Amino acid sequence: MCMRVEDHVILDIRKTADLVEITVDGRVISAYAGEPILAALLNAGIKVNRYTVKRHEPRGLFCGIGQCTDCAMVVDGQTNVRTCITPVKAGMIIKTQDGLSKEE
Amino acid sequence: MLQERDLVVVGAGPAGLAASIEAAKAGASVLLVDLNLKAGGQLFKQIHKFFGSSAHHSGVRGFDIGKMLLKEADDAGVETWLGSAVIGLFPGMKVAIEKGTDGSEKEVITLKAKKIIVATGASENVIRFKGWTTPGVMGAGAAQTMINVNHVKPGKKVVMLGTGNVGLIVSYQLMQAGCEVVALVEAASKIGGYAVHAAKIKRAGIPIYMKHTIVEVKAGTDHCTNRVVIAEVDEKFQPIAGTEKEIDADTVTIAAGLKPSAELPKLMKCAFTFNGVFGGMIPLHNENMETSVEGIYVAGDSTGVEEANTALEEGKIAGIAAAEALGYLDVEKAAVIKKEIWERLEALRMGPFGEARMAQKEKILEEYMEKIGTPVAEEGMVEDSDVNN
Repeated sequence: MCMRVEDHVILDIRKTADLVEITVDGRVISAYAGEPILAALLNAGIKVNRYTVKRHEPRGLFCGIGQCTDCAMVVDGQTNVRTCITPVKAGMIIKTQDGLSKEE
Repeated sequence: MLQERDLVVVGAGPAGLAASIEAAKAGASVLLVDLNLKAGGQLFKQIHKFFGSSAHHSGVRGFDIGKMLLKEADDAGVETWLGSAVIGLFPGMKVAIEKGTDGSEKEVITLKAKKIIVATGASENVIRFKGWTTPGVMGAGAAQTMINVNHVKPGKKVVMLGTGNVGLIVSYQLMQAGCEVVALVEAASKIGGYAVHAAKIKRAGIPIYMKHTIVEVKAGTDHCTNRVVIAEVDEKFQPIAGTEKEIDADTVTIAAGLKPSAELPKLMKCAFTFNGVFGGMIPLHNENMETSVEGIYVAGDSTGVEEANTALEEGKIAGIAAAEALGYLDVEKAAVIKKEIWERLEALRMGPFGEARMAQKEKILEEYMEKIGTPVAEEGMVEDSDVNN
């Protein structure tokens, strides 16, 4: 699945950043270094970022600007990382956050 | 000793950037702080051309205005901390800043500001229906950020809830990005935004369901949005049983207006007022954009939801007033510049939408004069010697 915006009539969407690999729940996906983690996930068709503590409900992108925390995931062992405002680095290990999860 | 700056500006959108530029050009030491990785606020997702006069960048796209402001701020010597959140304001004009993005080392730095300008913008309103938290349901602004800033589509088939200018413009921009907009849904009997934007949607043949709302979003086995149930509403905006229709879509974008983000002035006990036209509770301010607390200024959407150009002009006033209060600008000279800006603001607040905002702005200024008059120094000032650094 590719969800990148291509051939835009107004925007110049040529990417100059390096294409790197990150791992999401064991699956390796490609991402541009420096883009928000969430953008790479959406491109790969991954829309659930976490499940809530009490009712185990799925949550995904909602505000996109770091305010709502619905897109929080476990990144390199650290919980509650807002993926919409956290830039991709090569080799990141990302996991869907289950409830509060645990620091690893 | 705490680090000190003449002016700390919170939020690097059009208001915060304009305020920083004006104050820095006058000679103030300015620190501009923003949570995001890039300055410019929402300007970089506004890929449409602006309306208005040439004094207000008509015909220029939002992101180009953003680029101009970033360069001006740089040239004026504005110090900018990105990926940094102001997490509190404390007595003695102390600003606590958390520096560092999630997933990296963070540190909290507290510094002292002689003046503070709060330009923290607004947040999107939500409409709650069954399934509104399902992944795939998001703010229209969130979808706009994904396509225009991150260049990734939030989904393939989109239902837009709301036909104000945000709903109309983002629908069109989703189409430009390659998404299929399958329907717009509007509870009112009239389209909320400008006819010129609505015409683009109509020309594309997208159905606009008037007097309808979303009653439910259903998830598939992947836990994500896959069906959207809409229904007609009665005069009291209640869904009418038996009128439901199901739409095949994986994304719902909610464009139900915005409300001012003014938590920081609240922390400093600034006086507030409720204003429906401006989106909710807003800090009272005078013609200098100064709140009821001396030295704390507001500008842009955090003082009432409007648009980028009004935010820019209000930011300029706040920046000039702060520089003037700091002694960097001659009082008479500042008065002339501020008057010019207020006149430009008046020109912006015209037309069917603008006139209502103009009237409300005047009401807010009047209310300030009645209730506050002159700003007072904050309560509970803490002397430097009382604080262990």
